[in-house]
This record gives sequence, structure tokens and C-alpha cells, in this order.
Amino acid sequence: MAMIEMRGVSKWFGDFRVLDGCTTRVEKGDVVVVCGPSGSGKSTLIKTVNGLEPFQEGEVRVDGVSVAARGTDLTRLRSRVGMVFQHFELFPHLTVLRNLTLAQERVLRRSRAEADAKALALLERVGLRDQAAKHPGQLSGGQQQRVAIARALSMDPVVMLFDEPTSALDPEMVSEVLDVMVGLAREGMTMMVVTHEMGFARQVASRVIFMDQGRIVEDVAKDAFFGAPQERSPRAQQFLSKVLAH
Amino acid sequence: MNYHWNWGVFLQEAPEGGVRYWELLVAGLGWTLAVSCLAWVIALAAGVLVGTLRTVPGRLLPGLAAAWVELFRNVPLLVQMFLWYFVLPELLPPLKRLLADADPTTAQFAAAVLCLGLFTSARIAEQVRAGIRSLPRGQREAAAAVGLTTAQAYRHVLLPMALRIVVPPLTSEAMNLIKNSSVALTIGLAELTFRARELGEYTFSYFEAFTAATLIYVAIAMSANRAMAWIERRVAVPGYIAGGGR
Repeated sequence: MAMIEMRGVSKWFGDFRVLDGCTTRVEKGDVVVVCGPSGSGKSTLIKTVNGLEPFQEGEVRVDGVSVAARGTDLTRLRSRVGMVFQHFELFPHLTVLRNLTLAQERVLRRSRAEADAKALALLERVGLRDQAAKHPGQLSGGQQQRVAIARALSMDPVVMLFDEPTSALDPEMVSEVLDVMVGLAREGMTMMVVTHEMGFARQVASRVIFMDQGRIVEDVAKDAFFGAPQERSPRAQQFLSKVLAH
Repeated sequence: MNYHWNWGVFLQEAPEGGVRYWELLVAGLGWTLAVSCLAWVIALAAGVLVGTLRTVPGRLLPGLAAAWVELFRNVPLLVQMFLWYFVLPELLPPLKRLLADADPTTAQFAAAVLCLGLFTSARIAEQVRAGIRSLPRGQREAAAAVGLTTAQAYRHVLLPMALRIVVPPLTSEAMNLIKNSSVALTIGLAELTFRARELGEYTFSYFEAFTAATLIYVAIAMSANRAMAWIERRVAVPGYIAGGGR
């Protein structure tokens, strides 16, 4: 069964069509990279998966549960879908450790000891255990994004969404974040990643989705996307020639 | 200026008998502090609640909160004081009967506290609303993404930061409240300005009386200022630069 299933998802802001009949499936363990020019609807698309972006038409199912259905417990669904944001969005008034334990305790009802143990193990994994007592503002951008990934993982998600996780980082901090993401992908995490990091896509993506003007223009295996550009749509070829030029 | 200062006037006995003028000023200061402190508690509680409700999703609650703010902000403070003290008991006969037997000071005090508390709450609500609105939209999304409910997001993520941000403007509101409490003299409450004016009328030492009152107001306002500055330092978030953190 597909972990994420989108069927004919459309969204309008007034007359402007942000998403236009988007249909795709993400199987368990898939790593799907979503790319395309800015304003093409990439972020909006992945935010429909955890209900952060409502849509007017179509259906999104996560692990069989419909996101937009009236009876859906959206907070429960969201707790099973991890999300990493462009601007990290750590909670600045909480320590790194509390950033990782807040939702574990409040949403999953884990005990403080259990949540702390989980948080410290995840911080260890992203190489930041010694920063647990600090506040987010005291960390570098790359460190903050690694904490944000650990925060999302602390909820034991079945899917991870990444919304341009490296676009706000200084260049020398990009790789430390990508390394963590590559590790996750290799462990079999189901991931949807909006990114311009084509190196990451080549390394671990199973499929690449290319979007333009709210539409999914390409939805193909990685090798087809990078290996056979002549078979791609003109818009995708144009995009590829720009991002792969250097 | 050829004014003959007579500071000895404070040691003279007042016509009310058995007390000296300085003691009346101190008693007035007591009422000023009592009204200000209680009104501040009401203003803070109602203001944070109403300001928060102005930002929640939906129509009804933000609408009611907006009506509250308009009501208490658009009617002059002096008029509100008269409404609470003179008009409200006429509209509520049981209240009027209750007040007929009570010490008039009690009614004056209650009216002043309610009037100043609710008047200031509208102003605090606007500050709190602005504080919440100033947070990045991603904070709300991040809280939702980890599965927190809207109420939990406000309690654990949005309000802790918003309230820190509004401490400086709330300092001004606290100082305004203290100075506004002098309006209570119009309904007969014997607070500091009332006593200063009384002293002037009885002894013609207006300059001395109002110099003393002015110095006392300055001292209270500065104390409030220092107290808020202390709170601001106590709750400061390590590494977070207000307004320009990212």
C-alpha cells in the first residue's frame, strides 16, 4: 500500500491556481525529491500531506488515512508525519532538549524520562548531544536544522517531509544536514524532499517529481530523470540545464 | 519666581482631625497603589486572553475579542469611570440596593478597579495580538506539524515568545495605568491626586502639594519600570535577538 497517495489535488488562492490536479504515490521506503522553479507549488504540495495547506479538490491519504476527511484526527496524523522547515522553526524559548521532548510528552504522552532518553539518543545520532542544554539561538544554522530533524524523528514518524531544508543555510553547513538526510534515506525512511540539491537527488532519490505552475510535469525514476534528459519535457530540460550547469 | 515655599505644611494637622497632611498623602498613595495593582491584574488577565482570541482561527472568537477592544478603547476613560460608578448601579437595581448599605469608598474602589482594569485590558490585548502576529508563521506550522493542538501551540509555543516580545510595550501600559488611576478622583476616591488637591485647597500650598504628588508618581512609575526591566532580563532567551533573530 502506498504510504502517501495524492489524487487530483487542486488548490486556489482566489483566481490563482497553486496546485493543479496533482496525482502521485509514494511507496513505503521511497525517497521522492520534488523540484521545480520557485512558485511552482512544491512546498504547497508537500504541506498538503500533513494538512498544513488545505486544498479545495482531490484527496490525500497518508498510510490510508484521508487528510481532508471530516472525521480525521489531524493532530494524530500530523504526529506521525515529521516535517523539517526551511527556516528550522525550532521553539526559541526552549532548550534543544525541550524542543525534542515537548511534543513527545504532550502529544504522545511519554514520560519525561522516556522522552529525554529518546531525545538524547536522537541528538547523539545527529552529533549534537553536547548541545542539549543550549537554546536554538546559540547554535549555527546547520546545527539548528539537525536539531529540527531530530525533533521530527522524536515522534517516530512513518513519513518525513523536508521543505527546502538547506536553502537557508550557509554553503559550508549544507553537507552536515544532507549527511543526516542521506543516512535517514538509507535506513529506509519514507521521505518527500523539496530541494534544489541535485547531488542529494542523484545519491538517494528513488523518484524525482518536477513541478511547474502547480502541475506535476514529471514524476519519474531518478535514473530516467537524470540519465535520459532528452526524453523529458522541454520545461524540465530547461530547468535541468540550469541546475546542472555547474 | 518669588514663591515662598512652605514644606512645613505636610506636618500640619488636617481639618479631618487627628491626622497630619503627610499621613493623608500616604493614605492616598495607598489607594493609588491598591487600585493600580488590582486593575493591572485584571488588565493583564483579560488583555492576554482577549489579545490571544483575536488571533485564533475562526470568526466568532476573534470577532468578540475585537468588539471588546473597540468598546473599551474608543470610549474616553473619564466617561467610562462615570459609567461604572453612576450608570451601572442604575441599570442593575440589586447592585444599587447593595451599594446603598455599603461604605461609598467600596463602590468607588470597585468602580475604579474595574474601569481601569478593563480600559487597560483593551490596550494590552492589542499589544499581545501584535506580539503573536510578529512571530514567524512557521512557528504555528511547526507546532501543528509535531501534533500539538491549537490550544497547546498557544500555551507552549506562541504565547511564551509573544509575551516576552511585548514586555517593553507592557511597561508603558503599566506606567499609564498608574497615572490614569488619578482619574478615580472624579468619582470621589481619595487617592493620591485627590489628597494633593485637598491639601492645596485647605492650605493654599498647591505647589508643595503637587510637587510631592508628582515626585511620588515619578517614584512609582520608575519602580514599575525597573520591575518590568527585571522581568525582561529574567525571561530573556539565550541567543535570541528580539525582532532580528533570523
